[in-house]
Amino acid sequence: MKPSQSGISRRTVLKMIAAAGATGAAASLRVPRASGAAALVVGAAYVGPKDDYGWNQGHAQGVAALKKIDGVKVVEEENVPETIQVQKTMESMVNLDGAGLIFATSFGYWEHMLKVAAKYPKVQFLHAAPTVWKEGMPTNAGSYNGYIDEAQYIAGIVAGYTSKSGKLGFVGAKPYPASLRNINSFTLGARVVNPKATTQVIFTGDWVLPVKEAEAVNSLADQSIDVVTCHVDSPKVVIETAEKRGIYSSGYHVNQSALAPKRYLGGAEWNWEKVYTDYVKWLREGKSWPHLLRGGLKEGIVRNAPYGRPVSERARKHADSARAKFMDGTFVIYNGPLKDNSGKTVIAAGKAHGQTDVWLESMDWLVEGVIGSTRS
Amino acid sequence: MRALGGNPRGAAEALTIPAGALAVSLILFGIFVAFAGANPLAVYQTIYSGAFGTWFSWQNTLQRAAPLMLTALCTALPAQLGLIVIGGEGALVIGAVATVAIASVVPALPPPAVVAAMLLAGIGAGGLWIALAGGLRHYRGVNETISSLLLNYIAIALMNHLVTGPMRDPAIVHRPSSWPIGERNMIGLIPGMDVHWGLVFGVVACVATWVLMQHTVFGFAARIVGGNGRAARMAGLSVGRLALVTCFIAGGAAGLAGMTEIAAVHGRASSSLVVGYGYTGILVAFLARQNPLAVIPVAVLLGGLEASGGLLQRWHDLPDASVQVMRGIIFLVILASEPLYGRFRVFQPAPAFEPDGVLRQEPA
Repeated sequence: MKPSQSGISRRTVLKMIAAAGATGAAASLRVPRASGAAALVVGAAYVGPKDDYGWNQGHAQGVAALKKIDGVKVVEEENVPETIQVQKTMESMVNLDGAGLIFATSFGYWEHMLKVAAKYPKVQFLHAAPTVWKEGMPTNAGSYNGYIDEAQYIAGIVAGYTSKSGKLGFVGAKPYPASLRNINSFTLGARVVNPKATTQVIFTGDWVLPVKEAEAVNSLADQSIDVVTCHVDSPKVVIETAEKRGIYSSGYHVNQSALAPKRYLGGAEWNWEKVYTDYVKWLREGKSWPHLLRGGLKEGIVRNAPYGRPVSERARKHADSARAKFMDGTFVIYNGPLKDNSGKTVIAAGKAHGQTDVWLESMDWLVEGVIGSTRS
Repeated sequence: MRALGGNPRGAAEALTIPAGALAVSLILFGIFVAFAGANPLAVYQTIYSGAFGTWFSWQNTLQRAAPLMLTALCTALPAQLGLIVIGGEGALVIGAVATVAIASVVPALPPPAVVAAMLLAGIGAGGLWIALAGGLRHYRGVNETISSLLLNYIAIALMNHLVTGPMRDPAIVHRPSSWPIGERNMIGLIPGMDVHWGLVFGVVACVATWVLMQHTVFGFAARIVGGNGRAARMAGLSVGRLALVTCFIAGGAAGLAGMTEIAAVHGRASSSLVVGYGYTGILVAFLARQNPLAVIPVAVLLGGLEASGGLLQRWHDLPDASVQVMRGIIFLVILASEPLYGRFRVFQPAPAFEPDGVLRQEPA
């Protein structure tokens, strides 16, 4: 490497700036905006790729449903880090695209989104995660999330019927409350069918760690576990590895049946299509819209994938009847008496925690039947 | 004029060749986007709009350029001594961790004092980190490129350990993060602009190190080492001290970038810090021909390219990796253009002597 051979004078710097300005003037500015005054531009930011067979794809599918609506224009950006960059992305959507509604679809976007929302009070900002919008926060902001553990409970019933060894596996990212809730609901569902069923949990440590996820599935398969499910950002590797190892898999986030045509059992999915179309409808009709939106199967925010081929007739019937109970709102998953996996009673007999109970959103225990610990 | 390094034609060469390389890169990138199904001319226009088209775009660009100026110095300064250091990413991370650590040691002080402590800690930690690479090179003969690259991994692993263990804030469940430095210690934005103080730090650091390298005895000595290390040693220059001090300043610049990321943007350390500023800084330094002053416009240019990346996705449906492809093309073309220096007659200084040995009279 040669050292710098020459300095740069003030004159050359000025020349550089002039040249940059000239190029700028030559290119006329054209900012495409949605046609028509009534058009609504919807922006969406994703933390990962839109085709990850997981969390981001679920949201991209929801946003794709908006593209079909007349007068709605969609602008999307994927792989947006949870840093100041997402603020810039959202501001850019407002300033350069004229976005009127923005979906910030990753947990770590929350604080950034609130800052941007305070700055642009005419634009609506919505966050997808178990974050809670409270009074006092910008009124043009909100958060929405689904009780996907209801769908996991049903997937657990299916897994309980399908597993021959009675040993189930769960690949988690981090032992954070929403994951623990999925693990516990899945296990409770399975233990309705087979009271001896167990769920071995492995936490990989982060949301996207394909190599560790594959290792986890292999290790589970080696322990004669024959059904696996997961809560990671992209279940692709988990499902593919399970299929390769000849064990059953239950999906998460979106439908992954194409990845495991033989042994995919179904699984828990988001239905953001409904949430996003609803929000756009409310906004365009000028109605007041919920700043905090939650819901499960009944509200249509989550759903189960169609049953896979290996799912028996009995399992389908049982799962369908459980779903019917969720749909009419009579069923509560977290119903006492319930012990955690160290034998301590966490929900006393006669006590029930319905889905909307915020106590469940700070879950820090694993239910009896789960092998593993919350210390990751 | 002293700033020209005595040779205006050389300066023109140092300007024309990178500009030409950039133009070639843009043409190659145009071919790439054409294959991806987009109209290259429209893409160029989008890049311009996203980078410099509006005041918002400018602020977006400058915000992204700020850390790049500082991390670019981490490569550009040691290059004056002929060292190729690529440890900007690690120095940034270490500077950020030190910033958080010092803020928690002196929480009772008034905010200006905390900010001063954070500045010293960030610069000091980043500086020592790269001085380590310089020291390994000087005393043990370890290749500084390899060691500084490996130090990046060590720095990131160290930060991950600290934010998942000793420095972890248990209130943050989603992404392991350190405890915060506190809202009152945040340095915030430049008044009237939506750009944080990192931009000022960056510009000041670039100008100051340029003055240091071009207009001081220290800088002159450093450049002599870069020209011929053995000759410099023969001439009695303390090569080791020059290398260590230069590496310290270089790392300090990147550490300052880390301090700004904490004190102006994140407020706490986490893996959000590792977004490649250090690596893009290497590209900036090479594009600027390792000249600290040229780092400023080049960082703005690269910041602009990054700022327009979102628009490429939104308006042209290009993949997110397009900007990385563009960066890669630019880097390759810049490296490939290196042998062109000295090949163009028009840039060569007129020979001082005519072939017949008569001293040539330059017109005044």
